[in-house]
Amino acid sequence: MKIAIASGKGGTGKTTLSTNLAVYLSQKYKVVLIDMDVEEPNSGLFIKAELFKEENKFKMIPEWIKDECTLCGICQEVCNFNAIIQLGTKIMVFPELCHGCYACSELCPTSALPMIPKKMGKLRHYENNNLSFVESRLDIGQEQATQLINQTNKYVDEYFPGEIIKIYDAPPGTSCPVMEVTKDTDYVILVTEPTPFGLHDLKLAVETMKELKKNYGVVINRYGIGNDEVQNYCKEENIPVLAKIPNDRQIAELYSSGELIYQKVPEVEQQLENIGNYILK
Amino acid sequence: MKEIVVISGKGGTGKTSITASFAYLGGKDVIVADCDVDAADMHLLLQPDFAESEDFYSGELANISQDECNQCGKCADVCRFEAITIKDGRYIIDPFECEGCGYCARVCPTNAITNEELNVGKWYISNIKTGTTMIHAKLGIGADNSGKLVAKVKNKAKQIGKENNKSYILIDGSPGIGCPVISSLSGADYALLITEPSVSGLHDLKRVHKLVKKFNINAGCIINKADINQKVTREIEEFLYKEEILHIANLPYDETFTMAMTMGETLVEHTDNDLTEIISGSWEKIKQILT
Repeated sequence: MKIAIASGKGGTGKTTLSTNLAVYLSQKYKVVLIDMDVEEPNSGLFIKAELFKEENKFKMIPEWIKDECTLCGICQEVCNFNAIIQLGTKIMVFPELCHGCYACSELCPTSALPMIPKKMGKLRHYENNNLSFVESRLDIGQEQATQLINQTNKYVDEYFPGEIIKIYDAPPGTSCPVMEVTKDTDYVILVTEPTPFGLHDLKLAVETMKELKKNYGVVINRYGIGNDEVQNYCKEENIPVLAKIPNDRQIAELYSSGELIYQKVPEVEQQLENIGNYILK
Repeated sequence: MKEIVVISGKGGTGKTSITASFAYLGGKDVIVADCDVDAADMHLLLQPDFAESEDFYSGELANISQDECNQCGKCADVCRFEAITIKDGRYIIDPFECEGCGYCARVCPTNAITNEELNVGKWYISNIKTGTTMIHAKLGIGADNSGKLVAKVKNKAKQIGKENNKSYILIDGSPGIGCPVISSLSGADYALLITEPSVSGLHDLKRVHKLVKKFNINAGCIINKADINQKVTREIEEFLYKEEILHIANLPYDETFTMAMTMGETLVEHTDNDLTEIISGSWEKIKQILT
């Protein structure tokens, strides 16, 4: 069972829900929590577990071998991303623009552009009894989160095969990194808040899920602030509202200190149980 | 003309609400660019009129003509993105996986593959209620290349700002540290970092600041909801001091932000209280730094 926790808008409570739900469910089941917000991974701040394994993650980029190059210009011509450019008698590679398609390397008639690994981030895997936690973080200055997300997905699939509960904390937005995280999951929980920004970005997220033909439901965080429009929208669109987490200063304070909420706020524990019952039914 | 980029690393710290208030205070002196193209919200507070719009094309998508395909499978062999699969004896492209690198089309012996340019969104030039121009955009669902759309919005704002002798470009950035953020930072004069006193807020602030440092951009910081956690607020203040980031202001947690938002207003037009005074003071401070 793969569950992604996503949202259009940032800061609506994805990480809060992911970490609380993962730890809560791990009381009964074996759970893997994966932080896929590789640009700004935060789940680890809330999870207590022992580091089990860490590995650097690489992307493949071409490296120019001057002595083999005949300056034919094919590499520059075939690159759709302007990541390789011929300047006079020099070939320049721009690793941050490279998507790793291998076209320049494999179409080079003299094999002057072998692909070499370049580090883009690091994956860490932690263990605590029933709970496994995997996070990847993108190196600062790297642009393409998608490749790191893809490699993290592969690691998780290989390391945790079978029907174990996997919870993916997604990055905000609706663009390529979010698609990469949600595309292979069985269910997506969209976290929102009952404000105009929350509603607007929820609609974008819902469109994305429809496009991907996903099963999805909504969790309303900070319930009580703002207005009723998110609820009305969910009703009109027949989107199940799995839980409502109250707008409560105590919750904000617990979160701010890196603490799990459900252990201190019984109402949140009840909401987590509802979510668990719904998605695991 | 000075370029101010508002970013935060972490989402939901109040970037858009604060930027929109500055836009309101700046009035005709500023041109506004909403570079959070992935989840653009600023229009909900500034009510643009969508006066002009243009489609945005970026990237390509491969398309296999089944009539010309001889099922040799070379395309699937070279594709590094697992975007070409065989189904009922036909090679088909998964549009979500295709990166648009064009490699498959180059190796296809029967020229069965063409690349179509992708319409990945729309961008707009609008008039807003403060008597100025706003450039904004809407990225298509699941689209790649948000960095390029950000660059488009920003460059258009620059051009129009210059033509109209604006003093400032105010840019609302996106969360994270990846391609759209890098794109919004390039060439900026000032990075305004909005954070909140939570362990996540501080963690993300540190990462986004590392990125800002790489670009050698002068930075200042506003701590929003500062009273939610005094201890973390102090930690953030120490970090700002150590990194020589100007600490512009602390804003208290205040649900008036949300009330203003539900009425489609910026906070400074919605009400006049201690909070709006701090926001006005912050805007004056930023203008001073940039003179």
